[in-house]
Amino acid sequence: MKPREKAQVLDETALERALIRIAHEIVEKNGGTTDLAFVGLRTRGVTLAQRLAERVTGIEGVKPPVGALDITLYRDDLGLKAAQPVVRGTEIPFDVTGKIVILVDDVLFTGRTIRAALDAIMDLGRPRAIQLAILVDRGHRELPIRPDYVGKNLPTSRREVVAVRLREHDGEDRVVIEEPEE
Amino acid sequence: MSLLIKGGRVLDPANGVDAVEDLLIQDGKIACLGKGLEAPDGTPVIAAAGKVVCPGFIDIHVHLREPGYEYKETVATGTKAAAAGGFTAVACMANTNPVNDNRSVTDYILAKARSEGFVRVYPIGAVTRGLEGKELAELAELAEAGCVAYSDDGHPIMNSALLRRAMEYTLPFGLPIISHAEDAHLVQGGVMNEGVVSTELGLGGRPATAEEVMVARDCCLAELTGAHVHIAHLSTAGAVRLVKEAKARGIRVTAEVTPHHLLLTEEAVRGYDPNTKMNPPLRTKRDQEALLEALADGTIDCIATDHAPHALSEKEGDFDGAAAGIVGLETAASVLLDRLVRPGLLSLKILVERLTAGPARALNLPGGSLAPGVDADVTILDPARELTIDPAGFHSKSRNTPFGGWRVTGMPWMTLIGGRVAMWERVIKGGIHS
Amino acid sequence: MGWMRKDLLTMQELEPAEIGLILDTAASMKEIAGREIKKVPTLRGRTVVNLFYEASTRTRTSFEIAGKWLSADVVNWSAAGSSAAKGETLLDTAKNIEAMSPDVVVVRHGASGAAQLLARALECAVVNAGDGAHEHPTQALLDLLTIRDKKGHLEGLSVAIVGDIAHSRVARSNIHGMKKLGMTVTVAGPPTLIPPFVQELGVKVCHRLEEAIADVDVVMMLRLQAERMTGGLIPSLREYARYWGLTRASLSAARQDVLIMHPGPVNRGIELAPEVADGPYSVILDQVANGVAVRMAVLYLLAGARAQA
Repeated sequence: MKPREKAQVLDETALERALIRIAHEIVEKNGGTTDLAFVGLRTRGVTLAQRLAERVTGIEGVKPPVGALDITLYRDDLGLKAAQPVVRGTEIPFDVTGKIVILVDDVLFTGRTIRAALDAIMDLGRPRAIQLAILVDRGHRELPIRPDYVGKNLPTSRREVVAVRLREHDGEDRVVIEEPEE
Repeated sequence: MSLLIKGGRVLDPANGVDAVEDLLIQDGKIACLGKGLEAPDGTPVIAAAGKVVCPGFIDIHVHLREPGYEYKETVATGTKAAAAGGFTAVACMANTNPVNDNRSVTDYILAKARSEGFVRVYPIGAVTRGLEGKELAELAELAEAGCVAYSDDGHPIMNSALLRRAMEYTLPFGLPIISHAEDAHLVQGGVMNEGVVSTELGLGGRPATAEEVMVARDCCLAELTGAHVHIAHLSTAGAVRLVKEAKARGIRVTAEVTPHHLLLTEEAVRGYDPNTKMNPPLRTKRDQEALLEALADGTIDCIATDHAPHALSEKEGDFDGAAAGIVGLETAASVLLDRLVRPGLLSLKILVERLTAGPARALNLPGGSLAPGVDADVTILDPARELTIDPAGFHSKSRNTPFGGWRVTGMPWMTLIGGRVAMWERVIKGGIHS
Repeated sequence: MGWMRKDLLTMQELEPAEIGLILDTAASMKEIAGREIKKVPTLRGRTVVNLFYEASTRTRTSFEIAGKWLSADVVNWSAAGSSAAKGETLLDTAKNIEAMSPDVVVVRHGASGAAQLLARALECAVVNAGDGAHEHPTQALLDLLTIRDKKGHLEGLSVAIVGDIAHSRVARSNIHGMKKLGMTVTVAGPPTLIPPFVQELGVKVCHRLEEAIADVDVVMMLRLQAERMTGGLIPSLREYARYWGLTRASLSAARQDVLIMHPGPVNRGIELAPEVADGPYSVILDQVANGVAVRMAVLYLLAGARAQA
């Protein structure tokens, strides 16, 4: 069943603007880039983490390290699905201990993915702090999790789907709300 | 015991009869055959229109397991299974415990058959003491006690000199020696046919050659001694060729084939079902075709089931550890009718010959004929009856068959022994003793 | 694609895409081995039973580590000293184990087909860790992963498997796996150790070591069991080592970039000279490391399929 596009939330310009704002907020909140590291959640969170790191570099002139986190092995719904989700692998080429880790994902929904990501990062070491950067917060939290940086707050219904489309994966920069066809 | 069987197709290959006729049985003997026979007053009439009336089937290769292995089968249950399968006589192998290598065991089996049996039982005596292949059993006394042949079935006699002496010694008794032809060294470690399937499954192979070298040796020794050797369960194209050549040269050799070697190949072993494990093993399609051709042209004299009951515990584990052999008495007629006769691969007449006159000739047994005056051992087939083979319904104590669940058309409908109904519609009607 | 099988029994039954999924998953698992704290919570609360009827320290340990790194509870049930030694049948033992509700049973047994037998009888997932001379799928998978790591790809590569092919489940699993992935396989050894009609599985047969290894990407040496001698299959270990042992001298026939593999344990000085086993072409220890990753992948994938049963 092909989902139907209901509304556009962010266009290319608005998306870029949101990233630049978040980059400034990160630098401001942490007083620079010392000990800063970005960890993106597979798959689109990694791309967003790369872009945020570049924006920060544009501001501060120093590029913080970027890693990719796969939370599949930490999910709380394993065994509930028809087949196990594909494991894509974690690649974090730096020691997280003592770092301020900026965890980056495209959409924040129930909070369960972030719970898994927090556990996964803790298994790798002891960061000084973990902060959460999200492009779209669509609500419906099931866990006490709150983002530090938000591109856009977007009230949605549960059955709607928020699709973040990025150039690197989808050939365009756009965020839309979709609804599955009946 | 008098009966009139009316309106059936009487098929008596030994006497060249194949016609819709009536068969009158009086005092347990075949009285006469003809059209429009009238039953004398009080004689029961069996309406047999659409049925096939044959001489009683004879299975010359059966393991009744008694004495010693009564948990697998007894004379009572094995002969019940025989009657259910349309057999009126069976010859039973000597690998009991104690082995039938002396008169007292033969006497015991015959006494059991008289008191508890449901069909005629012909014991086969061991060739060597304890089936050990070392010393001759008391062969003369076994003949006197009523054994109809000798065999170390399951334990091929590797010592050719000893087998030669056995052949010579038994010549005066006129009893054949039945050879389980497999070279014990060549089959060592093997549990299935040696070929690409055994290679894929990682199972040890028993090469066709193991059978063929023994068939060749047995024929040579029969030629040397003038003895009659009967080759049990022929299974390879090469062995068929050797028997054919030996027969052409006038050597006294006869041979049998089992339904499973005619109907299954090594492909059946995929899945590791222990009910596809037997010795000799299931072979290839090419072997199967050669066996069928040899059965049709008479190179193979008869069909024998090698009915080999085993308890579930011996047949449910891993393939290597499982016992070899399957039961066959209650499935033979149905699977052969359905898979060979119905598709036109073998004529009904030849099938019946190889289950009646053929085995009688191979072991010089009575029966296999509907000639006036002989004991009225009769098997009536219903060639149109459809059924699903259900091992749970077997009369045998054991259920080890690869044919379970087969949908087949054709089955034994009635078994008469000496004119008395032993089985009717799958129901056993009473023992030979009753 | 997702993994939909209840069990992992043979390489013969796997589709190329399924093999690819296991290898890709295993490649991701390797990252965990590099961590200081080697544990992820994935299989927390799941139970893996290692049911080993044959002595095998390395395979059993490999499954045990794989299970533990994924947080499964791993229990070892070895036949020696257990009720199996007291005559309990494989099926009875398995039924008893199943009554304790394991999620995965890993079985090693001397009889070909034993894993299939268990898989049919048990509702939980069954992993074949070697059945007789039939198959040993996780060994083939770790071999494939090792080759892929070293060569960057699998399709088009050529492999010589040398030694006792007839009794080797490792050879059978690798032949099936490699043929499915478009590799060329030559089996080599004295004719008494080559199983009948093996060509019909799509492999070449060669009876000279130097010829077999001359132009291949990978040479896989198999372990020679000493009991093959008593069976009359080879005259002596000495003669076997002389004609079939891989030494620095015989290796000169091979390519410069050849990989030398061995499923272990190595009979040093028989099928492999020590200088070859420890030499630069040898990837034997990579195989061992990849074994854990492959078994993690298999346990992970099977634990998912279980939820559907």
